[in-house]
Amino acid sequence: MPTLYYLLQKEFIQIRRNKFMARVIILVPIVQMLILVPAVTFDIKGIDLCVVDLDLSSTSRELVNALQGSQFFKVRRMTFSMQEAQNQMNRDEIDVILHIPTSFERNLMVNDAASLQLLINGINGALAQTTLVYFTGVITEFNRRIVMEHIVLKPVSASPQIVTRTRYWYNPELNYRIYMAPGILAILVTSIGFLLSGMNLVREKEIGTSEQINVTPIKKHEFILGKMIPFMVIGVVDLAFGLVLARLVYAMPFVGNLLLLVGFTLIYLLAVMGLGLFLSSFANTQQQYLFVCFFFMMIFILMSGIFTPAESMPAWAQQVNQLNPAAYFIRVVRMIVLKGSGISDVGWDMARLSLLAISTTVFASLKYKKTIS
Amino acid sequence: MQQIPVILVRHLVKKFGTFVANDDLTFDVFKGEVFGFLGANGAGKTTAMRILCGLSRPTSGELRVDGLDVHKQAEAIKKRIGYMSQKFSLYKDLTVYENMRLFGGIYGLSLHDLKSRIDQLLGQLDLRKQRDTLIADLPLGWQQKLAFSVAILHHPSIVFLDEPTAGVDPFTRRQFWELIYKAAYEGITVFVTTHYMDEAEYCDRVSIMSEGKIVALDKPAALKKHYGVGSMNEVFLRIARSEEEADSR
Repeated sequence: MPTLYYLLQKEFIQIRRNKFMARVIILVPIVQMLILVPAVTFDIKGIDLCVVDLDLSSTSRELVNALQGSQFFKVRRMTFSMQEAQNQMNRDEIDVILHIPTSFERNLMVNDAASLQLLINGINGALAQTTLVYFTGVITEFNRRIVMEHIVLKPVSASPQIVTRTRYWYNPELNYRIYMAPGILAILVTSIGFLLSGMNLVREKEIGTSEQINVTPIKKHEFILGKMIPFMVIGVVDLAFGLVLARLVYAMPFVGNLLLLVGFTLIYLLAVMGLGLFLSSFANTQQQYLFVCFFFMMIFILMSGIFTPAESMPAWAQQVNQLNPAAYFIRVVRMIVLKGSGISDVGWDMARLSLLAISTTVFASLKYKKTIS
Repeated sequence: MQQIPVILVRHLVKKFGTFVANDDLTFDVFKGEVFGFLGANGAGKTTAMRILCGLSRPTSGELRVDGLDVHKQAEAIKKRIGYMSQKFSLYKDLTVYENMRLFGGIYGLSLHDLKSRIDQLLGQLDLRKQRDTLIADLPLGWQQKLAFSVAILHHPSIVFLDEPTAGVDPFTRRQFWELIYKAAYEGITVFVTTHYMDEAEYCDRVSIMSEGKIVALDKPAALKKHYGVGSMNEVFLRIARSEEEADSR
């Protein structure tokens, strides 16, 4: 196809001359990798705590010290007024109120049981859950110490205990950055494939050159391929660039097969570009395309499981995700990069994504008309 | 002049919803002639030209371009025509040479033909020095001449020009018409729309459109004689006036 050769030559010359494009290709990966990866984290540290200690006993003080000593909590305020504590919660200065009632120590010593009140800001459910888990951990540990120190004379039940030893695979330190970096890479590839390729096509419509192209005997698939291939190349180059950055900056391991990743990325790019070119045929201006593209990108990325586990989404959402190319890509990028999954592990995803890619490309070719209505 | 019709239009109708842009057009364009397609803005010139180029589909009518059926062989027609749109449509971020290479390549010229053809065109246009200049850096008049040259790069049988000289200074317009004559001399049929009535004088035959219909079609001299006036401008005004009178009646 010599026509395709001339089209590609043209696209690459234009991309090379376009200073904006050159900046996008280099700066976007750097900014995304350096800023987004450390910023998007679910690691919870330093939960702001307000203690209302009405007991003022040595036990209550020890409890507060135990909380203060864990890296998860930071005692921001100590007060004797629940009202004051609540006001602080309302002002969002603290996340948690620990209320230690009077005679806390006495109850513990005399009755072998005492209660505490914990008030957690539940607006962010995930944060609240985690807070409770951390708090329970500290209390359990504290309990054990009290039993050892004060109640040694009472018969201690020697019932057998099951102890679980946990080891985390693939990301032993639960480093959130290593989890996020491949996800951010996926966003990078998406923005290049989806946004830039469609914008490029609409731009030709805007400046009128597409009309000149449309009176030539050029074939539709040649034109579509001429628009896709350059951005596939850029997408893969930026993927490699992002991988190197993640390696250097976050020491992200790469245990999988690079060729498999590149292959999967190409299929993914085909899928999003097909969709991009399809959508761009409805748009007359770059603004229109940008808006539509943004709408789809939000849905794709938020549903893809990059931030929240896709497995815990409602069943219907998981069904929708069958059509979401980003969901396949983000899952598989993490699998290949962090777990070293091979073709037999990702084959099924690959097949389904290929089906998506073929469909969007065919739709784009069918929708692309050389005539104006 | 050989009277072989290269464009044959019978009862062309084009509707956009209820609006009739082309209302039952019938005309022929003969091989090697310069055919002027005149009319006020919105008269339907561009619509008809786009249909002949395969950029738009006719609602009904029989249309043949270079012997091929517009309804069925639109893509085959595209190989045999050149087109220069109202909107300037070369790539401004490519050089003169790169634009020529791209369009020549798309039309399937071999690299060898391409090179000699480009060299010849650059010589004709006296643009050899500007071969590697970006189109954006050339004056508008030169850009228009280049767009025309690119449109006939692949030796089409017909070239369609949609207001090619709009916004160009009189001197460059004159040079542009020299290029048109040269192309016609080489056997390329020229189908041109224009606003400028002095340009209508340069055409072998002109048709004048009003509100989607062809209201006059003949040689400029014959039209002037028919209306008993001295210039195409007056012919046009006469026709416009009689149309207005017809409307008010």
